[in-house]
Amino acid sequence: MTPAVAFQKTSRHFGAVRAVDAVDLEIKPGEFFAMLGPSGSGKTTCLRLIAGFEQPTSGSISIFGERAEGVPPYRRNVNTVFQDYALFPHLNVLDNVAYGLMVKGVGKDQRLREAEEALRLVQLPGYGSRRPGQLSGGQRQRVALARALVNKPKVLLLDEPLGALDLKLRESMQEELKALQKALGITFVFVTHDQGEALSMADRVAVFNDGRIMQVGAPEEIYQRPASRFVADFVGSSNVLPPDFVQRYVGQRRWGSLRPESIRIGRGTSGDGVAARVVSRHYLGAATKLALDADGLRLHATLPSGMALPDDGDHVVLTFNRDQLHLMEDQA
Amino acid sequence: MSVEAITGTDAAAAILPKRGGIGGSLSDLLWRRPGLLLFLMLAPPLLWLGVIYIGSLLALLAQSFFSIDEYSGLIDRHFTFKTYGDLFQAANIDIIVRTVTMAALVTLASAIVAFPIAYYAARYARGKWKALFYLGVMLPLWSSYLVKIYAWKLILAKEGILTWLFAKLHLSWLLDSWLSLPVVGGNSLSVSFTGTFIVFVYVWLPFMILPIQAALERVPGNLVEASSDLGASPGQTFRNVLFPLALPGIVAGSIFTFSLTLGDYIIPQIIGTSRLFIGQAVYAQQGTAGNIPLAAAFTVVPIVIMGFYLWGAKRMGAFDAL
Repeated sequence: MTPAVAFQKTSRHFGAVRAVDAVDLEIKPGEFFAMLGPSGSGKTTCLRLIAGFEQPTSGSISIFGERAEGVPPYRRNVNTVFQDYALFPHLNVLDNVAYGLMVKGVGKDQRLREAEEALRLVQLPGYGSRRPGQLSGGQRQRVALARALVNKPKVLLLDEPLGALDLKLRESMQEELKALQKALGITFVFVTHDQGEALSMADRVAVFNDGRIMQVGAPEEIYQRPASRFVADFVGSSNVLPPDFVQRYVGQRRWGSLRPESIRIGRGTSGDGVAARVVSRHYLGAATKLALDADGLRLHATLPSGMALPDDGDHVVLTFNRDQLHLMEDQA
Repeated sequence: MSVEAITGTDAAAAILPKRGGIGGSLSDLLWRRPGLLLFLMLAPPLLWLGVIYIGSLLALLAQSFFSIDEYSGLIDRHFTFKTYGDLFQAANIDIIVRTVTMAALVTLASAIVAFPIAYYAARYARGKWKALFYLGVMLPLWSSYLVKIYAWKLILAKEGILTWLFAKLHLSWLLDSWLSLPVVGGNSLSVSFTGTFIVFVYVWLPFMILPIQAALERVPGNLVEASSDLGASPGQTFRNVLFPLALPGIVAGSIFTFSLTLGDYIIPQIIGTSRLFIGQAVYAQQGTAGNIPLAAAFTVVPIVIMGFYLWGAKRMGAFDAL
């Protein structure tokens, strides 16, 4: 099957800065694909390469099998939902949504009808006559989505679209986006620095660092079996264990990772386990996160609510199943 | 910084004592009564604008409803429309039409020349290039207006550098055939309306560039990207996004170029034909002719025209993007 988007040894350098460095990537048609990474990791530049706002310094990009280097954004059947929405302030909501159809020469009646339809799809029917300035952040987000979807793009690009929304709204938009993607079957490429968002929404996730892809895989795979220390650290606060520590329990001198929820806490100072001291406790609602100090090694453990919690400064013993300890490549 | 550096100090008072002196109590007073501060800041300029500027303008307008006694040359201070009757004589209508046409052409040309410069400055120029842009645009304003106009008289003269340049490029025929045209032509550029036009555009150009640049500066770059992303070619993006968003700046700039051209009497005096513009007519009426009421009536013309211009611009939605 032809990939929706394919990068082959694609680089984008800005002078000495390698924003994207020899990236190989295939995004499948109809997939919800997340690009995850810290700021400056190259994920947004990758998105801009697909949109056509940036051109690769070397390597190639194809969209549904067609080479896209040198093709301007307006000739790509790809649409973007911008981070700060980029709605046209001088046009009302309906004209904003109809903009793509207008520049393609679709007649006024038809384009306004389709725009109204797209507004219904994002649950903003009847908002057409308002100005973008009169909408809340969440509503602007939906208008930006409608404005992109009305063009029936082959690939929809979303650049941290939920970043500016508050937590509650973000969670409901996550569900909605996911449902919308399933219903429409359009390939979604989603850029985020929020690992929870990437894991909960995407079919597959690419983890970026320093212009390179560190790991690509399904969310469970990324979460359970991080390939490197960076991925373990970035994706969900895994405990990164140094080779000395791992050797004592598994017998191999390799870096390892251990999920906070895999650690069990016992009272006292004796017993078969890792002696540690409780540094602080963070109440998270459904669970409580403990920061622990195991002879200089900082570890985190999460305990489900309802369990008796040790106090700050208490000495505890940590235990875990050895097969929960995941070994990683020795890569920074 | 150590923790002690912050926590180690003796318990300080939660409310600090009043600062002494007039400065201290004045600060407290102005903080409690922000309206007073606003009043103190606005009163002097409002007095200046309201009484001295607007007041004298109204006095001038009142003069236009007086008339002049044609035999004695004395001003008759009784309300009358007689002066406006004089204003709408054919010769004066000619002056008004000539001035308004010139102002409109100068405004249009300024906008066309200014837009690319402003666009470059707003979109691409950074750091020292931006400083260079401001310097380049403002520098002509630092030198005397009269010096610049006399310099242009030399440039445009028959023996001037422009004629020489056309000759060197073997384009004298082009200049000559332009100068042989009716209305815009003349003996040389310095005594033609074309010359007046060129100098007007040169002198007012900064007043058009700066507002357009300010308007374009406020257009987020991602709107241009969004337009392109939605399938608009660069030309469509200009028409549908950039131009409407720059329009308030263009209108602001055109208010400058249009009204400055309407009122100027020095440029057409030094460069151009002997036919009068409104400014020259005002100058002549209040000076040599001593007809203050007619001079005042002439000054009402640009004010009325600008009023209609702004009203029309507002109706066209020029200020919607503000």
